[in-house]
Amino acid sequence: MSSLRVENLSVSIENKLVLRDVSFELKRGEIISIMGPNGSGKTSLALAIMGHPKYEILSGRILLDDEEITHLSPDERSLRGLFLAFQNPIEVKGIRLSTLIFSALNKRRGERNLLKSDPKIIPLLMQNLREVGLSNDHLHRDVNLGFSGGEKKRAELLQALMLKPKFLILDEPDSGLDVDGIKITAKKIKELASQGTGIIIITHYARLLKYLSPKEIIVISDGKIIARGGSELSYLIEERGYEALKGDLNA
Amino acid sequence: MHDSDINRLLESSPKWEILSELPTPKEIIIGGELRESVIRDISRIKKEPNWMLRLRLRAFEIWERLPSPNWLLGVEDLNLENLAHYVKPAITTKNDYESLPQKIYDFYVSLGIPESEAKYLSGLAGVLDSETIIMRVKEWLRKMNVIFMEMEEAVKKYPDLVKKYFSRVYPVADHKFAALHYALWSGGAFVYVPPNVKITQPIEAFFMISSALESQYEHTMVIADESSYIHFIEGCAAPMFPKYSFHNGAVEVYVHRKAHVRFTTIQNWSKKIINFNNKRSIVEEGGYVEWLEGGIGARVSYVYPSAVLRGKNAKASILAVSIANGPYIKDSGAKVYHLAPNTKSEVIAKSISSNGGLTIYRGLIYIAKGARNATSHVQCDSLLLDDRSRSVTIPHNQVLEDSAEVTHEATAGKISEDALFYLQSRGLSEEEGKSLIVLGFMHDLIKELPFEMANILNTVVQLEFSKLGGVG
Repeated sequence: MSSLRVENLSVSIENKLVLRDVSFELKRGEIISIMGPNGSGKTSLALAIMGHPKYEILSGRILLDDEEITHLSPDERSLRGLFLAFQNPIEVKGIRLSTLIFSALNKRRGERNLLKSDPKIIPLLMQNLREVGLSNDHLHRDVNLGFSGGEKKRAELLQALMLKPKFLILDEPDSGLDVDGIKITAKKIKELASQGTGIIIITHYARLLKYLSPKEIIVISDGKIIARGGSELSYLIEERGYEALKGDLNA
Repeated sequence: MHDSDINRLLESSPKWEILSELPTPKEIIIGGELRESVIRDISRIKKEPNWMLRLRLRAFEIWERLPSPNWLLGVEDLNLENLAHYVKPAITTKNDYESLPQKIYDFYVSLGIPESEAKYLSGLAGVLDSETIIMRVKEWLRKMNVIFMEMEEAVKKYPDLVKKYFSRVYPVADHKFAALHYALWSGGAFVYVPPNVKITQPIEAFFMISSALESQYEHTMVIADESSYIHFIEGCAAPMFPKYSFHNGAVEVYVHRKAHVRFTTIQNWSKKIINFNNKRSIVEEGGYVEWLEGGIGARVSYVYPSAVLRGKNAKASILAVSIANGPYIKDSGAKVYHLAPNTKSEVIAKSISSNGGLTIYRGLIYIAKGARNATSHVQCDSLLLDDRSRSVTIPHNQVLEDSAEVTHEATAGKISEDALFYLQSRGLSEEEGKSLIVLGFMHDLIKELPFEMANILNTVVQLEFSKLGGVG
């Protein structure tokens, strides 16, 4: 069975330990959520799984479809089916959003010329563009350059929809989005999951999870997993906050 | 060029070949110590009129007198006495490709020159070493009474016309290397466009240097008479030979009343060439000059396309893109002299430095007293691909007219680790990410080029940056 497995992962950045002994497993088509207060290590986990060069893996492994990817470059991880929708998508001057999407698709198809724009893709691109609530104009602008917070999130979702990864990590996909944006995001996540994408939603609010009912909720605090359970955990967090949860565990 | 063309272009794959050498038979080589007798020998070989010999000798005197600019970097090994000053290839006829030496012909074909000449050029002048080796002129140019010929032939056939402009646009005494150019000039093209004639298809001159320790001093003149239009294209190439060679060319453009000249250069010398190019235009009332300059190749390059806006409402726009990828220096920029009311200029300079490269923008905007309401805008954007590379901007504005408006904007961007990680997270390798950013950065230039030109540029850039990440 196709899966993304994180085994006993400990990670540091600039000699500071940010993740300790984190383990979980996600199968294709499943949705799980990683929750935790600000600064708990959620984004570090996402970036470490994607292979950001600043994060040093101290111990543990990351496996995609039973193959170890712990030390692969980010592009190799991406080509094996991993996708990270960033919490703070980076502005890339000089590359249009459309160029990024076409070149990422071309790379996956082994097309030597990355800049080729296959006309057969365009209807799907236009449809997805409309559905995530962006316009043609965004496609022709440099990636994320001058986009609002919400537009950046929509552009991340658009890329995920076009690339159809095996495993999709969404880091705070709802921040900066209005209610309509959150609904669209939830709808599209469900669609992707139903088509077989395994999904990790990183969030500190339960609001998005209401629409998605994830199979498992993993709570991280201070780089460690402090709780895991079903959807009920998110309601508990919403009602009583992370402090209460930590208190419970400590008691 | 339209966006759809750009896509078509970007979709075509590179087919560029780098030759390691291009040996061709030579008829005459003049080298050694640079003395008056060298000048006299060249003049005699060319059988040129006495006035041109006198001009050369005067230039030689000025060269001897002038000091070398003290700000040149990267030319410490430039030693004129080690160079051949004049190299005449052993080639007799000039009208068809078949009579070219096989190796040169093959090289032309690999660059797509005969094909593009047939398809979209009005004329082609090919210069090898110190002489023009091929001249192709379409019938329609003759019918429109356009004069397009080798510079040397124009000196003999149209002395009055040539005298009126030759060295009047780019002065002999402008600097030491300009004087050297005029003393030794050889090869190049002359174009005269009669009043009201608009040439819809460009004329191209293509320059090659075939071996090491040569110098090339080609001279190009474009005279656009009243209300005429011409697009002149310059390209160049040289193989990777073991030692350096020296290119010190000059381009003089005269834009008469209401005429429009677009002058495009794709400089793709090999990394063995020290490239100086002296480019200047004079623009009369209501005229318009455009300089487009893509400086990709060469080890060291010093090029500043210039415009003297002499008549009211004259305009200049200068777009220069330069790349220093590896231990190379690209010193480029633009100069515009506003000498009349309502003159306008726009300068866009873009530079890309990577793998330890150094790019320099050096510019001058001069607005004379009385050039009422003159406006000038200069924009310099530099892109650094790593920490080892540098970019320097040295703008100079001299504004003597109160009603003038001069603006300067400069941006410097570095490709951040985060941006590369972001692109990698989409499946692109580090090199691919950098190439895409570079092509995006050059979009302003690419979209202004005719398709065939853009194709060459794109090929060159892709080739250049396929090596990114390695040591340049």
